[in-house]
Amino acid sequence: MADSKTPSRLRISRQLWINIGLQVGAVILAFLVTSVVLLVAGAPPFQAYWEIAKGAVGSLSSFSNVLVAWVPLLLAAAGVLVTFAAGLWNIGVEGQIVSGALLTTWVLRALQDTSLSPALIIILGLIAGVVGGALWATLAGVLKTFGGVNEIFGGLGLNYVATALTLWLIFGPWKRPGIGSMSGTEPFPDQLALPTVAGLRLSLWSLGLAIVAIIAVYVLLERTHAGLRLKAVGLNRRAAFLLGVPTWQYGLLAFFICGGLAGLAGAVQVTGVYHRLIPSISSGYGFLGLMIGMLILYRAIWVAPVALFFAALNIGSIQLPIVLKLDSTLSGVIQGALVLLVLLVEGARQRYLRRARLRAMTVVPLPASAPGSPHPDLLPPALGAPFPPEAPHTDIPPSEAS
Amino acid sequence: MDGTTLLVGLAGVLTSSAPIVVATIGETFAERAGVINLSVNGTILLSAMGSFVVAVTTGSIVLGFVAGAFIGAVVAALVAFGSITLRQSQVAVGFVLTLFCRDLAYFLGNPFMGDQGPLLSVHPIPLLEKIPILGTLLFEHDVMTYFSFVLILVAWWWIFRTRPGLTLRAVGERPEAAFARGTRVNLVRYLYTIVGGGLVGLAGPMFSLSVKAGWKGTISGLDGLGWIVLAIVIFGAWNPVRAAFGAYLFGLLQWLSVVLQPSLKGIPSQVLQVAPFPLMILTLLLVNIGNAEWVDRVLASLPEPSRRVVARIFRALRVAQPRSLGVPFEHD
Repeated sequence: MADSKTPSRLRISRQLWINIGLQVGAVILAFLVTSVVLLVAGAPPFQAYWEIAKGAVGSLSSFSNVLVAWVPLLLAAAGVLVTFAAGLWNIGVEGQIVSGALLTTWVLRALQDTSLSPALIIILGLIAGVVGGALWATLAGVLKTFGGVNEIFGGLGLNYVATALTLWLIFGPWKRPGIGSMSGTEPFPDQLALPTVAGLRLSLWSLGLAIVAIIAVYVLLERTHAGLRLKAVGLNRRAAFLLGVPTWQYGLLAFFICGGLAGLAGAVQVTGVYHRLIPSISSGYGFLGLMIGMLILYRAIWVAPVALFFAALNIGSIQLPIVLKLDSTLSGVIQGALVLLVLLVEGARQRYLRRARLRAMTVVPLPASAPGSPHPDLLPPALGAPFPPEAPHTDIPPSEAS
Repeated sequence: MDGTTLLVGLAGVLTSSAPIVVATIGETFAERAGVINLSVNGTILLSAMGSFVVAVTTGSIVLGFVAGAFIGAVVAALVAFGSITLRQSQVAVGFVLTLFCRDLAYFLGNPFMGDQGPLLSVHPIPLLEKIPILGTLLFEHDVMTYFSFVLILVAWWWIFRTRPGLTLRAVGERPEAAFARGTRVNLVRYLYTIVGGGLVGLAGPMFSLSVKAGWKGTISGLDGLGWIVLAIVIFGAWNPVRAAFGAYLFGLLQWLSVVLQPSLKGIPSQVLQVAPFPLMILTLLLVNIGNAEWVDRVLASLPEPSRRVVARIFRALRVAQPRSLGVPFEHD
């Protein structure tokens, strides 16, 4: 028995190595594509990559900025993993970050002049953010469940609505004394900011929240009964329903959790990073979270490192316009190429496996059949069968009936 | 507002809606074959930028339009390859491409921002332009607007009145049946996705060389229109005529929001700018809610005369997507 075990384990590990090799190949291909784009733009690729790396990890303060960007990315990516698990495309995660930030700002504004302790106000603000994101997501979920509006369009439309709401508030009711401007609302007093590490913009509190969130999502999806049911809904809605899983309720729950995490990301941006509401409070982190979900092929365990890499790309490319006169959207080009090629390489791998299986099936030696007549396997399956098909025999043979 | 200004304004709506019409019909073709090309938003941005750069550097407006269609076709071919040959989720491939193309457009278009480019010129059609009212409305446009008119009719005739159109609908509705009758389902899907993508790609230069001339990066005002296109395809029930109607309705509302701006002082401009999106959600709600189960239950409980009226309204609005939309076809 021991002998038969070893080769199979060997084969699994070889399969694993092949998979890792393919993923690395996809990453190399993505950088080749980006290099071509850079050459088209007339820029030296290696210098551009070097500048990005330097901008991301060149100094302690730049690396701490990567961690600052990592927090909302981690929260958004953790959230979309829940909706992905339920088979939902929560493209509205961007707007859920914004609505979280909106509600946090509202609570902070309302409470900043009261006698409540700053810590309590911050906590209430964070809770408000979670509620704001969760409600915005649930709206998209309700539109899908009861109105038949695909969550892609519902969520996307709500993204624009949330952004418009932000702009209106910044230039209208919440405008700075004097005149409203794109720089956002009046900053909150210092004691309403999440405490940061001395000299840096990084708040260990928000970092801790993000790490707790991703661990919680991992446990939910991989270690709990509810997570299993959620995944069942995502894999086969009908089968899950027939097995007694309340499918649409689980769908709404996934929206609610995802929105809550996205809203927390918005709350963290307000209380920990900008200390006010700005027009681009979500900074595209929602869409990036979705990209991360696809890049890691929906496996929660990989969220943290990939999100860190994406955050590094974002922060690293900020100074590209200054040093190389390149647009900072280069980070988006690299991220898009990465996700696209990982998807395509994964598709190619599955196609190869499918073909290999088919080949293995056709090599089976043909059983003997009467000379001249075609082999039964080569005939259409329904050939010669009576139509309409006869009811199956249910008669009990008389010998056994007695 | 007197009659002439109104007429010129409406003619302007026909021109400014033309790119939306063409893109919507292109996407309708792809979805009729069963492939959702979700990359429309990014495709329009990339082809608007690419065709503008080509037209500026070569000085040829025709080459600009060729480049736009080519970019659209290439992106659509990637969607087809990823979803048909490699069987990855159409939504995933399309969504990644829409973000990738958008960032690529902003990145590569950066040096050309604000450049002066060629413009599509207006060619009134002789004789026909003399017809009162209709002449101003329909026959004093640029070539691409005429093209959009013709495309609506040709697309409708192609889908509903020709043999290949029947094949197209069969592939989208019952791919197994089409396959059994000898249709190469995936080849048809490739073809219509790529042709449809080419049409979507044409919308780019129709913006950057005509309707919203120039390339202004993130403030070009094109981001988001692709999603509207996708929503109009649904509103149009995958019928080119109804889809074109939706596109014109959208253009009309946008024009009204500009014209009526002075009298709508109370509404901030940010609200008017995003008004299309809640409107999109409401429209999709209207055309889809008739399919919801709870609506049937509520309808059944209504008293007879009003039930019949409400049910008829829902039925008129309701749309049903091609049955195999988004479902890969396998014939092992």
